[in-house]
Amino acid sequence: MKMPAPDDALMARKGEIVRALRRIVPGEGVVAEPADLVPFESDGLSAYRQRPLAVVLPETTQQVSEVLHWCQANGVKVVPRGAGTSLSGGALPLADGIVLGLSKFNRVLEVDYANRCAVVQPGVTNLAITVAVEAAGFYYAPDPSSQIACTIGGNVAENSGGVHCLKYGLTTNNLLGCELVLMSGEIVRLGGKAMDADGYDLLGLVTGSEGLLGIVTEVTVRVLPKPQTAQALLLGFPSVEAAGACVGDIIGSGVIPAGLEMMDNPAIRAAEAFVGAGYPVDAAALLIVELDGPEAECAELSGHVRILAAERGADFVKVSTSEAERLAFWAGRKAAFPAVGRIAPDYFCMDGTIPRGKLPQVLTRITELSTAYGLGVANVFHAGDGNLHPLILYDADTPGELERAEAFGADILKLCVAVGGVLTGEHGVGVEKRDLMSEMFDETDLACQMRVKCAFDPGQLLNPGKVFPVLHRCAELGRVHVHRGKVAFPELPRF
Amino acid sequence: MIAEQVRTHRPATPEEVCDLVAEAGAHARHTEIIGGGTKRAIGTMDRVDQVISTQRLDRIIDYSPEELVLTVQTGVRLADLERLTAAKGQMLAFEPPSWTRLLSAYGEPTIGGVLAANLSGPRRIRAGAARDHLLGFDAVSGRGEMFKAGGRVVKNVTGYDLMKLMAGSWGTLAVLTQVTIKVLPAPRTEMTLLLFGLPDVRAAEAMAAAMNGPFEVTGAAHLPAHAAQARPLKADMPVTALRLEGFEASVQARAEALVVMLKPFGRIDQLEAEHSREFWGQVREVDAFAGDPRPLWRLSLPPASGWKAPHGLPGDALYDWAGGLAWLLTEEPAAKVRAVTRALGGHALCLRGAAAFGAREGPLGALQGRVKDAFDPLGVLNPGRMEDPA
Repeated sequence: MKMPAPDDALMARKGEIVRALRRIVPGEGVVAEPADLVPFESDGLSAYRQRPLAVVLPETTQQVSEVLHWCQANGVKVVPRGAGTSLSGGALPLADGIVLGLSKFNRVLEVDYANRCAVVQPGVTNLAITVAVEAAGFYYAPDPSSQIACTIGGNVAENSGGVHCLKYGLTTNNLLGCELVLMSGEIVRLGGKAMDADGYDLLGLVTGSEGLLGIVTEVTVRVLPKPQTAQALLLGFPSVEAAGACVGDIIGSGVIPAGLEMMDNPAIRAAEAFVGAGYPVDAAALLIVELDGPEAECAELSGHVRILAAERGADFVKVSTSEAERLAFWAGRKAAFPAVGRIAPDYFCMDGTIPRGKLPQVLTRITELSTAYGLGVANVFHAGDGNLHPLILYDADTPGELERAEAFGADILKLCVAVGGVLTGEHGVGVEKRDLMSEMFDETDLACQMRVKCAFDPGQLLNPGKVFPVLHRCAELGRVHVHRGKVAFPELPRF
Repeated sequence: MIAEQVRTHRPATPEEVCDLVAEAGAHARHTEIIGGGTKRAIGTMDRVDQVISTQRLDRIIDYSPEELVLTVQTGVRLADLERLTAAKGQMLAFEPPSWTRLLSAYGEPTIGGVLAANLSGPRRIRAGAARDHLLGFDAVSGRGEMFKAGGRVVKNVTGYDLMKLMAGSWGTLAVLTQVTIKVLPAPRTEMTLLLFGLPDVRAAEAMAAAMNGPFEVTGAAHLPAHAAQARPLKADMPVTALRLEGFEASVQARAEALVVMLKPFGRIDQLEAEHSREFWGQVREVDAFAGDPRPLWRLSLPPASGWKAPHGLPGDALYDWAGGLAWLLTEEPAAKVRAVTRALGGHALCLRGAAAFGAREGPLGALQGRVKDAFDPLGVLNPGRMEDPA
């Protein structure tokens, strides 16, 4: 993984840059001492580290605007950062750039039950939104596993999912508006509390743009009334194929569960050893099915799902009988990553999505690859929407293992694309999958995306080196295509 | 304005679309993009030199009910997709309207047109808008280049979400040639609870109370007296309607709980399955306002403020999306309609009688212009369609 070569001239201007930032953000809002910069060197993709020139922690939208304006005028690159939990290196700093952290934007500004929304600052954690509204019987639906730490601003940047997005959607489906500061320092409002866009849907475009288009300084999210009841089922299967087929049966029968997760045996064992959730450690595959709604609905669908599971040979069935038990079932799943972290010195978490029907085929191939690369793998899936999280186990202290793990991961993602899927379901491209983008998109496709970047940030100063494998200058991208070698009537005014 | 002699091209392949757009760029030909042509009345356009219709791009590429996805070319007719999915017990959950009666339009809406206009019906409050169901597409940009974005799976964050950008771009950025959309299981049953005689503000309270409880309401509309007179209700007083959908036992349980909660709002009637379907079809199509010659507005507002907008704008109104969508027939000047709507935190689209979109202003307007230029630097596609003069 290579980042663009740092600009020595910029690095030599560190003192001047820090002074300028301190003029805009006084007090302790600018971090410049090398030792103090260490916590910002990496995000959730800790295999990659880079110390930035400085970190600025503004407190107001106006300060964000002034910082970006100054950086644009002075050609300084900016990497935005929320809680730094990105799994794709979205917040990986640049040696010749600054990090702009949103941690001080940590207030819930307004809860508006009449319009079923909350207006929050981007540094508020995902879970804190639910906490702010739960007394009134509401919650914020997208629930990435890192929800106690990850921030809503980061969720917007990555279009984060979670275990409940099968029924309730990703971040993008649960946003109503945001305030965005462009690299020029201009402040724009996208959306609001109404349900559709005025003009182009730039809110939808910015969501999942990985901090390349602007910096979000305020977010309006939809909140939902909590379902009356929720019930989770644990279903153990003697084979991965049977569990995969059961997923198809459930959805094919017209049931969209609130969550539909799958874990393979290594993941089950790791999670059970870590939290003791009551998982069947001998099962080849485990499904966690969550049903929500009125009690009558949960009872009916739970019976229906159990029949489907039995038909596919499920030999372990456990239904949650209390809220505490339901949460315990999920605790194992949500802790799957740290649990795997205990059985191997290091792991890479992959994030491809495939058509559900390809699940058995892809799993078989991952097992073959695991043998070929000599690296273990534990599989955790959002099975309902075909989103795979193979965890590749390796030891960074063993020479060559990191590179082998990277190559193994790349092979898995190429496999996902080859069977009709995509490189990343919810973790983002970042630096991790950047160089694989051409597996999915050709040059024209990527040029269209990069021109969007140019419309927002023509100097390409905001989070460069992420998402796109090659950086093109905007002037070069903007050149008009010459049809069959010539533009007819070149004298005509072009508007 | 479209002159009679303007030629309409009907390409049969995406490659032909690409050639036509590339030629248009080379010859500075303003090109109108249409599907079934049923929404042409909305908005004004600069001079048009030629028309490209997607109607012959009419192939179903793949339908995998078990994967909940459908890939089709964009000229496929909406009605055909509805039949195709219904045969498998599925649906386009965003409940797209056709508005053909409302706009007195001839022809058949296409899925490409529905997505280009981001048209969503009453279920939008629960299932999301058209934009939430577009998973991927192939298109021809104004540069005359074929490109694609997204994929054929629901969960995908690979690259920018250009699907959201295309949905609601009214053909001003690219010509969509193929789309993959998410489909969902159709509800087993539905029923509607009706409240009578509520003034607008009380209706807004009733809808908010229903939306804020665990009832999973999939339609919340209020028809003031004028709108309620139309079929199928033919009521002589305002009617407020709440729809429940899903499995029988669940609908029954939620209906019972909702009836208890709504007691303070007066008499409650029920519409059972068939009548409920007919009623919501009419709400979706805004049938109550079809054939009325007055200028027709669609106001998108914070739901709790929905009822306030028409109160500053004399005319007749009808509310969907729990108040978040207000339909308005009014003779008030366009500038006033937009100003009142904006002051309430919303925006207005005029379907008939004035400029559709309003002017682009400020840094946001400039940004929208740069996005247009990124895809269509020569201004070939639907020029002026979303850029009404101030």
